[in-house]
Amino acid sequence: MAPPILDVSDLACRRGGRRVFDRLSFTLGAGELLALTGRNGSGKTTLLRALALLVRPDAGTVRWQGADVMAEPETWRGRLAWLGHLEGLKGDLSVRENLLVAERLRGAAPPADRLDGALAAFDLSGLAVRPVRTLSAGQSRRVALARVALSQAPLWLLDEPLNALDAPAQAAFRAVLQKHLAAGGLAIAATHADLGIAARSLELQA
Amino acid sequence: MSGFIALLARDLHLVWRRPGDVAVVLAFFVVATVLFPLGIGPETNLLARIAAGVLWCAALFASLLSLDRLFVADYEDGTLDLLLLAPWPLELAALAKCAAHWIVTGLPLAILAPFLGIAFGLDRSSLLALAATLLVGTPTLSLIGGLAAALTLGARRSGALLALLALPLCVPTLIFGAGAVETMAIGKNFTTHLAILGALALVALATTPWAMAAALRQAGE
Amino acid sequence: MADLHFLANPARFRRFSQRVMPSLSFATGLAFLVGLYFALVQSPPDYQQGETVRIMFVHVPSAWLSMAGYALLAVLGASLLVWRHPLAALVARAAAPVGACFALVCLITGSLWGRPMWGTYWVWDARLTSMLLLFFLYLGHIALSRAYDDPDRGDRAAAILALIGAINLPIIKFSVDWWNTLHQPASVMKLGGPSIHPAILTPLLWMAGSLLLLFILLVLVRTETEIDRRRLEIAELSADQAA
Repeated sequence: MAPPILDVSDLACRRGGRRVFDRLSFTLGAGELLALTGRNGSGKTTLLRALALLVRPDAGTVRWQGADVMAEPETWRGRLAWLGHLEGLKGDLSVRENLLVAERLRGAAPPADRLDGALAAFDLSGLAVRPVRTLSAGQSRRVALARVALSQAPLWLLDEPLNALDAPAQAAFRAVLQKHLAAGGLAIAATHADLGIAARSLELQA
Repeated sequence: MSGFIALLARDLHLVWRRPGDVAVVLAFFVVATVLFPLGIGPETNLLARIAAGVLWCAALFASLLSLDRLFVADYEDGTLDLLLLAPWPLELAALAKCAAHWIVTGLPLAILAPFLGIAFGLDRSSLLALAATLLVGTPTLSLIGGLAAALTLGARRSGALLALLALPLCVPTLIFGAGAVETMAIGKNFTTHLAILGALALVALATTPWAMAAALRQAGE
Repeated sequence: MADLHFLANPARFRRFSQRVMPSLSFATGLAFLVGLYFALVQSPPDYQQGETVRIMFVHVPSAWLSMAGYALLAVLGASLLVWRHPLAALVARAAAPVGACFALVCLITGSLWGRPMWGTYWVWDARLTSMLLLFFLYLGHIALSRAYDDPDRGDRAAAILALIGAINLPIIKFSVDWWNTLHQPASVMKLGGPSIHPAILTPLLWMAGSLLLLFILLVLVRTETEIDRRRLEIAELSADQAA
């Protein structure tokens, strides 16, 4: 068991007047993957958004290497890579342009070879100049995953990463995720399907 | 700062890919302006008197037209979340979006309006005043409009509500902008008006980015 | 299970308002009786305007209260956004329509008061035009707070709007005043000359006081309604979940 880097304690969230989750606690160490399971509406997305500070939690703390992340939200956001339900891509820009813009908006300037590497990892090299709006759902999901992989952020927050992915794409995702974990990264994924990688599991009750 | 430039560049790039969106807004400006002589009559003296007000109001409405798409597109494709998660201040991101809006809407309007002013019988110095005041005044419209767009993001009837929120707040800019042109027309200097327009822009710059960021964060919840 | 966190404050508020309501209503009624006596019977008619000057006793306090009302919305907005006070949102929802009504009363009485002097119901007088814009700001606040399915979102958006609106109000007033002097001479609607005659001051202050009590009374009543409405929404939500 790796020493915990992410420490969540007593996290509580309320949406629209009702408690979504209450007194939620877990820790996560380097190289570990946490799979969030639970029925639709059990609060998996809310939990991910609360960890990203997109939703303000009603109670509880989130600590990264002992420091409260809410004290320095900008630094915390720099440590995250986010994959939501929506792809977060601009339809009128090409695949390559989207990845470049996404990195620039995080204040980074990826060298061309790293960009090409991310494209190759998801078999997108042939699609690099296509506008994203011409891609299928599975293809744009792969672009979104490439964006996450490119970010080199220590913590990945993934909401249903396997959505719309065919078998080869799922294998590519697993390979990329394992590489991230092996390098000491952390990941939390909300998922219905089996991720296919050794993971700790946290089930949310509706 | 690099994030600000990246976002501004991205939005301008997106408009470049779809120039029709800008053209439509400018076409609306022309059509709306032309309606007034058609509705009121082509008497030259009358038109010259109302020109400043008509052109400023039409510019205001044309600016509002493109505003309700300001944040909606990002909201719908998930890029707003990425902006909320960017490791630099959201206030700057909101400012970048308003700057992009001004460059593709306010600036062309300021350039186009003097040509329409000719059709209204304005003299050379009035045309100059018109262009100058629109140049200084339209950024304020973009900022106030951006705030209204952020506040109504995801609301019902957001288009009409946006106009209802933005228009009263734009009244000071309208008054001094149109007033400057009229002052020129009666032969006096319009530098005071320009200075006040500049002050209004600074007030908007100081207050709206914070409010826009607060509103965008609520949209993310 | 209804959310206890929300109910704690509003329950105390309800107890407070139930206790205060009877004496407040009595005080309001009494103040109106006294104020109206002073305004309609005791104070002298204006040598120039005759009896119509009495409209001023409703018009001027309405103006004050509508402006104070918006300042209240701004303060409530700040306390909602900064301290997350749960009652602030509900009081704001209750107070906004009341303030808007006072603005409307000010506009209507101003228009009626001006008719004998101007010969028409509206002449774009600077103060009335500023009041009209304030009325629009109220409408925006009311519409925005109710434009979302999630009431919290509407409350917080309206709070931001109230703060920005409050900052802009002096600017709007300044620019409308300027606009008015540019385009036409200042219209005469003074309160009775360089110094306010005590015969006018007394009824004015009594009417202002009674209208203020009315404002508070209306806001208290409407806040109770808003609390009930919010409780009902929460209860419905819990019932849906349990089902």
